[in-house]
Amino acid sequence: MKRSITTMLTALLASTVIANAEEVRVYNWSDYIDEELLTKFETETGIKLIYDVFDSNEVLETKMLAGSSGYDVVVPTGDFLQRQITAGAFQKLDKSKLSNKGNMWDVIENRTEQYDPGNAYSINYMWGTTGIGVNVGKVKEVLGDDAPIGSLALVLDPANMEKLASCGVHILDAPTEIIPATLAYLGENPDSHDPEVIKKAEPVLAAVAPYVQKFHSSEYINALANGDICVAVGWSGDVLQARDRAAEAENGVEIAYNAPSEGALMWFDQMAIPTDAPNPDAAHKFLNFIMDAENMAAASNYVYFANGNKASQPLLEEDVIGDPAIYPDDETVKNLYTARPYPAKLQRVVTRMWTKVKSGQ
Amino acid sequence: MRRAVVILIPYLWLVALFLVPFGIVLKISLSDIATAIPPYTPNFDFSAGWAGFKEFLSQLDFENFIWLTEDDLYWKAYLSSLKIAIISTILTLLAGFPIAYAMAQAPKEWQPTLMMLIILPFWTSFLIRVYAWMGILSTEGFLNQFLLWIGLIDSPLQILNTDWAVYIAIIYTYIPFMILPIYATLEKLDPSYLEAAEDLGCSRTQAFWSVTVPLSKPGVIAGCFLVFIPAVGEFVIPSLLGGSKTLMIGKVLWDEFFANRDWPVASAVAIILLLILVIPIVLFQKQQERQQEADS
Repeated sequence: MKRSITTMLTALLASTVIANAEEVRVYNWSDYIDEELLTKFETETGIKLIYDVFDSNEVLETKMLAGSSGYDVVVPTGDFLQRQITAGAFQKLDKSKLSNKGNMWDVIENRTEQYDPGNAYSINYMWGTTGIGVNVGKVKEVLGDDAPIGSLALVLDPANMEKLASCGVHILDAPTEIIPATLAYLGENPDSHDPEVIKKAEPVLAAVAPYVQKFHSSEYINALANGDICVAVGWSGDVLQARDRAAEAENGVEIAYNAPSEGALMWFDQMAIPTDAPNPDAAHKFLNFIMDAENMAAASNYVYFANGNKASQPLLEEDVIGDPAIYPDDETVKNLYTARPYPAKLQRVVTRMWTKVKSGQ
Repeated sequence: MRRAVVILIPYLWLVALFLVPFGIVLKISLSDIATAIPPYTPNFDFSAGWAGFKEFLSQLDFENFIWLTEDDLYWKAYLSSLKIAIISTILTLLAGFPIAYAMAQAPKEWQPTLMMLIILPFWTSFLIRVYAWMGILSTEGFLNQFLLWIGLIDSPLQILNTDWAVYIAIIYTYIPFMILPIYATLEKLDPSYLEAAEDLGCSRTQAFWSVTVPLSKPGVIAGCFLVFIPAVGEFVIPSLLGGSKTLMIGKVLWDEFFANRDWPVASAVAIILLLILVIPIVLFQKQQERQQEADS
């Protein structure tokens, strides 16, 4: 009897050890992968994949800075990644375990170096722009046929917003993206870290905030697709997903995405491995799996975001690689800007301003 | 000896689950923000011993509490949370009392079923129920469709993303906490008191107001506390159903913690919230005790 208990305990211990060895926990943005890829990863590698989602960099960052998140792979955006690297949240990638590294696109890698020098800690997953999604029919109904759908004036000019309020406007609840956009609209340097320049954005945003139905970073996909709202300042691929959901539902809603003519923020979502990842080995396998051209192409074809994988490009569908809203043409690229992370003191000014804009307090 | 053990268990519970976390939060509220894991300094190092502890104490200060007084956002958020909690508590009481009363008046064999119906919603995740309200209240939602269909309104009402939605969901979510304690007191109410009141010339309405209501007071007070306290710090409901203008301390706390990564200030906000909630309750209990002593 005693012996059988010992055997059982040993078996139990062994099974937990194996379970640990065969598990990888990934924390990614919501609506950001073709879920078939998750099953494919499990069948190919035999590693059990636990996949959780978030919808704001702030939530991810808080988990990273608290430590012991239990995740093996996380996906912060460039500026957040940079600060988390400084805090010591990530481990250097072991490039010898990433045989698909050669698939990456140098154009994007050069850009992500500003956040992660030498791309030592991260690989690019997807990148995109922050722009404006519109329900074309409704906006034209409200503002007329010459509505400025390609310009930030659509959402930052109170005259337009007053009318659009009747059909619903959502704006990303992401001050680090909306404030640079407002500065671009004002003709200022969007990446400015001068508090005096940043404060110029406040009256502009405060003037349109009363007409905004909600500041939120993920609800707009469904709200746009259902026709609950007619304008959303959001991320390129998310708006395009809304476009497709509306088309599938055949509800007569036609959605279009535009990178604003005043310039658009270009962001990079980077996959990285936390310092205290329980299973860094499996994490590397996951990264390598993602860097496979075929897998990355499947992900982009599904979520309508551009990726940083050169080898995947021939495998992309024409409505992805050929769509300038996803892979911008050279003209638009010139108009794109990037943003550096705000230091703590400035972050406080920015958050306070944002609360004031949103709540009127 | 056995008595000591019996008392010890709840005390250990309080120390482990209330006092220790409170001590940790208090400590963080006296620290400074840093770009590190965890994102504040100083951290107490046990290996440094007594000298290290003194050094650690000297680095703590009340800077974050002073900061809270310098920006009017915080007290406005506290006041706005208190306002929303007070109004929702009153509305929940107005809706919950008649339900509890009707339950207590219902035939005895129905009461377990009625009780079950009150508790039943808890079997579904709170989050899913709040999401369901989004579907009901949105401009394209069931409520607006229904009101349009019966012709009461000709354009959809904007309820979702306003304070109205917050009130509706708080009342919906917390009403069982109001009904159950009131029902418990009403159910124990001896019907002979009411008969006596009527024998002495009270009408049924008078008997209700002068006998039933005063005797249900303990249940009403317990119910109000159970609704009011969580409603003040409520975060999920205002963030999912409330609009951008719904200012509640729960959201401010979230911003401090997540957007600013400022755990020290977030902790200071939480400590003040705790004081706002605990002090009136302690004073109230003191007053109740005094009254009981005076009565006896």
